[in-house]
Amino acid sequence: MKKRNIRLFAAFATATALAAPAALADLVVPNFSYRTGPYAANGAPYADGFNDYFTLLNERDGGVGGQKIAVPECETSYNTEKGVECYESLKGQNPVVIAPVSTGIAYQLIPKVSADKIPMYTPGFGRTSAQDGRVFEWVFNAPTNYWDGASIAIKYLLDEHGGDLNGKNIALLYHNSAFGKEPIRTLQELSKKHGFKLTEIPVDPGSSQEQKSQWLQIRREKPDHVILYGWGVMNPAAIQEAANTRYPLDQMIGIWWSGTEVDVMAAGAGANGYKAMAFHGSGRDYPLYDDLKTHVFDKGLASQGGPHIGTVLYSRGMHSAMVTAEAIRKAQELAGTDAVTAAQVRDGFEALDISDERLAELGLSGFSPAIKTSCEDHGGSGMALVQQWDASAKTWNPITDFYEPDNDVVDALIRADSEAFAKENNITLRCD
Amino acid sequence: MDQLLYASEVVVNGLMTGVMYALVALGFVLIYKASGVFNYAQGVLALFAALTLIGIQQGQVPFAHLISAVTGMHLDSFGWTVPSLLAILLTALVMVGLAILIEALVLKHLVGQEPIILFMATIGLAYFLEGLGDLMWGASVKSLDVGLPQGLSETVETMTDSLFGYGFFIDRLDIWATVIAAVLVASLVAFSQYTKQGRAMRAVADDHQAALSVGISLRFIWVMVWSIAGFVALVAGIMWGTKSGVQFSLSLIALKALPVLMLGGFTSIPGAIVGGLIIGVGEKLFEFYIGPMVGGATENWFAYVLALLFLVFRPQGLFGERIIERV
Repeated sequence: MKKRNIRLFAAFATATALAAPAALADLVVPNFSYRTGPYAANGAPYADGFNDYFTLLNERDGGVGGQKIAVPECETSYNTEKGVECYESLKGQNPVVIAPVSTGIAYQLIPKVSADKIPMYTPGFGRTSAQDGRVFEWVFNAPTNYWDGASIAIKYLLDEHGGDLNGKNIALLYHNSAFGKEPIRTLQELSKKHGFKLTEIPVDPGSSQEQKSQWLQIRREKPDHVILYGWGVMNPAAIQEAANTRYPLDQMIGIWWSGTEVDVMAAGAGANGYKAMAFHGSGRDYPLYDDLKTHVFDKGLASQGGPHIGTVLYSRGMHSAMVTAEAIRKAQELAGTDAVTAAQVRDGFEALDISDERLAELGLSGFSPAIKTSCEDHGGSGMALVQQWDASAKTWNPITDFYEPDNDVVDALIRADSEAFAKENNITLRCD
Repeated sequence: MDQLLYASEVVVNGLMTGVMYALVALGFVLIYKASGVFNYAQGVLALFAALTLIGIQQGQVPFAHLISAVTGMHLDSFGWTVPSLLAILLTALVMVGLAILIEALVLKHLVGQEPIILFMATIGLAYFLEGLGDLMWGASVKSLDVGLPQGLSETVETMTDSLFGYGFFIDRLDIWATVIAAVLVASLVAFSQYTKQGRAMRAVADDHQAALSVGISLRFIWVMVWSIAGFVALVAGIMWGTKSGVQFSLSLIALKALPVLMLGGFTSIPGAIVGGLIIGVGEKLFEFYIGPMVGGATENWFAYVLALLFLVFRPQGLFGERIIERV
């Protein structure tokens, strides 16, 4: 009986410890992770990078501005319903920012965070037109978005073809979901502008592992290039099928969610030469890693033991955490207090100025382009570079500098979309 | 003429894809045949088998992350690699062990329960095995190589090019999958028709009580059937894992087996193959001809529509046992 009581007490104590909310003085920045389910291979590295950056700040600096950052994790399995449940359950802990790491979840949370007045950060994903701060007061997607990515892919291909894509056939192989459909409108506009033929080829998420129909079509139509907007198993399956059908991998270019180690490893040598965009660097060649080693890794504090350190998705999680921390820092500066609220952090996100000098101070010189936001512009520069996979060295190597998006096309589309959203939802435009 | 050649290429590839679907469906059929249980965990069994195979092949330490978290020791690898054939045999043994555990810990306690209870138990089993696989071998994507060739078959391309003026694409992995599936089906049919255990399995499938009354051990039969289903899952895991790497979405291939089962019948081994072929060809042809008119990505839902169409005329599936209920 006594033993049973001890066991019960131990179970209760463990459960209490696991469920314990952040200490009252902590600033809460939840980690919407997905370490289980079909997208676990993508979710785990991102979540680790996010955790490790905040662990570093807590261990080295005592948090941000003296405020420790609590990072409670909530498992979404990359499932929209679960993501919304996570949001509802974490709301009680007064998070200062929400970063859901899923376009589906982000779409569902836009009305909720707007009503609850909590800023939402969706770097490189989510609703593209949320870049328009006049309409989307509580949403930020700097440094770039899906439409920027589409236009950068075309800019890169223009450079490859001496500035002329007239008469070329470019296929868009996309995940048939809110995420995958995002670039279509932009690419349609760009096809009119540059005179290339756009072939849209959807892949149903439920059939992502079996893309024979799509690749037989590509084999028949022989597009000059394939732009890949895939996620999860769709990416390795597409790259493997490209190798199987002998489509030249260096004529394929993926969005940043199709440009990670997870996507190319399964195809082995067949993936060599595949290209993808990125809005940040990867690898450990940044001074920040010295501090991470001293204060996090060597102390055994690396998230999940550190199996993904330096990978593309780990770096992306770290980048998201870095921008969030800088927004908190800016909020503290603007509000004149360290214990900032969610509304004040929103102000911080809107006044971000992460210059190249600041990136160097953070030990991340050259890691990403500078980020500057404003009341109207929640999206930053929109810049991204193109990198190429070296299968023998198992590394992604940048092959271009950071490109600016085609703002003439993208900005007009964003304004049209966000203003339509404002009209539909009776939102008065801000920033006048 | 070009359209006809393209359509022929689509049909051939549809047949090959159908074989891949059938490999997954076979596991479902075996368990349903012997116990009347729809095994929701079949897709996860394929994932678990593939993860275990790679783990053994690469000398990965199981539960390395857990060991590291508890003891602080970082033991990722034993430092050896195991040849593919031996690794497959060892994985098959692991699947037998798993079958024994499933019988002892789950099925034994549910004898005589309604099929829906057993079905619910397999849902729980699916989630448990997915978590166990993650804990044992990690969530990262793994490349599976057991020496099976993959990619365009140049022989077929050259031959069809000289015959028709258009070189067909056929994946060499699909050719191997067809050969392996044929051997597997022939072996399973021979086993169930001509061996004592096979006949016992069929007796259990016909009537549990009657089989028990003549001395057939229900527990042994269940272990045997789950072991065979585990082996079939291993084969499916190898083929699909070689195709697109081993990661947790591999368990979703079960979704492609459902319309195959609806069409072929839940109790027929040849039905799984024929169902797979019809689904494979049907969905590919529909995508080829109708897909462009409706925006593409039709395969996922069309497979179910096709299966439902067949069900209107044969509710028990093409090869399923006819259900006669007398009032």
